Amino acid sequence: MEHKVKSNINTNANTIIEIKGLGKTYSGGQVALNDINLDIKEGEILALLGPNGAGKTTLISAVCGLINPTSGSVKVAGFDIRKDYRRTRELIGLVPQELTLGAFELVVNTVNLSRGLFGKKPDEQYIDSILEKLTLSDKKNAMVQQLSGGMKRRVLIAKALSHQPRILFLDEPTAGVDVELRKDMWALVEELRRDGVTIILTTHYIEEAEEIADRVGVINNGQLLLLEDKNTLMQKMGNKQLLIELKDPVSAIPESLANYRLGLSADGTKLSYEYDIKSERTGITGLLGDLNKAGLPFKDLVTSQSSLEDIFVELVGAQP
Amino acid sequence: MNIEAVKALYFSEMRRTRNTLMQSIASPVISTALYFVVFGSAIGSRIQSVDGVPYGLFIVPGLMMLSLLTQSISNASFGIFFPKFTGTIYEIMSAPISHFEIILGYVGAAATKSLIIGSIILITAAFFVELRIAHPFWMIAFFLLTCISFSLFGFIIGLWADNFEKLQLIPLLVITPLVFLGGSFYSVSMLPEFWQKVSLMNPVLYLISGFRWSFFEVSDVSVTTSLTMVVLFLVVCLAIVWWMFKTGYKIKP
Repeated sequence: MEHKVKSNINTNANTIIEIKGLGKTYSGGQVALNDINLDIKEGEILALLGPNGAGKTTLISAVCGLINPTSGSVKVAGFDIRKDYRRTRELIGLVPQELTLGAFELVVNTVNLSRGLFGKKPDEQYIDSILEKLTLSDKKNAMVQQLSGGMKRRVLIAKALSHQPRILFLDEPTAGVDVELRKDMWALVEELRRDGVTIILTTHYIEEAEEIADRVGVINNGQLLLLEDKNTLMQKMGNKQLLIELKDPVSAIPESLANYRLGLSADGTKLSYEYDIKSERTGITGLLGDLNKAGLPFKDLVTSQSSLEDIFVELVGAQP
Repeated sequence: MNIEAVKALYFSEMRRTRNTLMQSIASPVISTALYFVVFGSAIGSRIQSVDGVPYGLFIVPGLMMLSLLTQSISNASFGIFFPKFTGTIYEIMSAPISHFEIILGYVGAAATKSLIIGSIILITAAFFVELRIAHPFWMIAFFLLTCISFSLFGFIIGLWADNFEKLQLIPLLVITPLVFLGGSFYSVSMLPEFWQKVSLMNPVLYLISGFRWSFFEVSDVSVTTSLTMVVLFLVVCLAIVWWMFKTGYKIKP
């Protein structure tokens, strides 16, 4: 897919979206966003994690112009989203969370409508190439209402890509989507990343964020709790666990090992040891020596790192 | 100006019309024919003439107005209500398109459809009566202004309505009575003096009167008053729709 780099990007720095002090309070008094500050770099994939109602969609809606922020400012490619809405919006493609599509339209017509709305002249060849990438070619002249949920999701992605955006928002793109589409979609995301498209996605599938994102932001109660390079984050916050499989089961942890933070599996065959990878001494060597001294031979050793999900649960759980 | 967006919206709306071609065109033709049979032939044969115009001919402008008003409102209101209802309005709100361009696309399409329907009614009428149009320029001017201003009014209703009941409410409870009582099928001068005065409070009266004048040079009120009222209505509608977009009324929280 050819994404020509637009020449009207008014910035030398590689920040493509600059969010400053963004707040949104709905008329009922509900605070959806509270002083969000976030710089999104050009070409990166940023995953926004957060429980339902955390403010992820509100944040996306504010950048795309679907809601009026109560405070703060947003700049896209150096342009203010309110004053220069034409310039900022034409750079953005949005795949909404809900399957919102007109019922009585042909697939190709609704995709062409999107392209037109974003000010681009019709381009049959390009639209055909998108439909093909999303395996929608044979549904080109089908009525939208006749499509399955997964197919509708593909149409929404085709609509968002119809005007060759430089920034793509994917709001819960894999919610209720089958394995095949998820695979196709991540392949497409990879391809877009290669073309330099900035991608911001919200997801509940933390393993996906872990796999695909460059940076991770965690939002809860309208606040950005954390924004970090994914690898740094996992290094910084991740504890590692060493799992020791014993040759013979034990009923309790011997007293000589009481100094180590150990756990024992219910069947008494596995010991687990939590250690901090940041500290200079992990204590593993000492532990293995003491295990020998205690007369506990082991069969196998496995290490595992805490996942983004653990980090996420820990962060969100710690919030009042 | 985002011309591509206006074109995309306009043609998308016109496509919707094409999909319901039978309903869009057959229905005004049939209802006009019925009006001519009932009012023109059956009742009209007992009424010699109104203001010197044969009754069958006299009702042509009123009949056109009846359809133009109801069709303009229902088309334009549904056009913008449906994306709100299905949620597809997100795309329009996030597109690099100004409020004026959105209105141009939607109201332009609704007004075009009304123009087509009005023309069909006029052609159908030509089969029943011998048409004459005294001031073609003013006839077209009133025709156009009515289509545009009432499509705009329908657009406002579509933005305001948050359910199907509200969408039907104003056309059924307000517009239809106003059109019938605005002299579609009679001259206001046929009413007792008191009701003549009451009728003057009906804005649709001015519309029908002016339109009828362009056909037969007979009118209930002066043509300048008619024209002023139509333009005033258009300006009021524009002001309301401008305010709605400005405040994000029911479309942008």
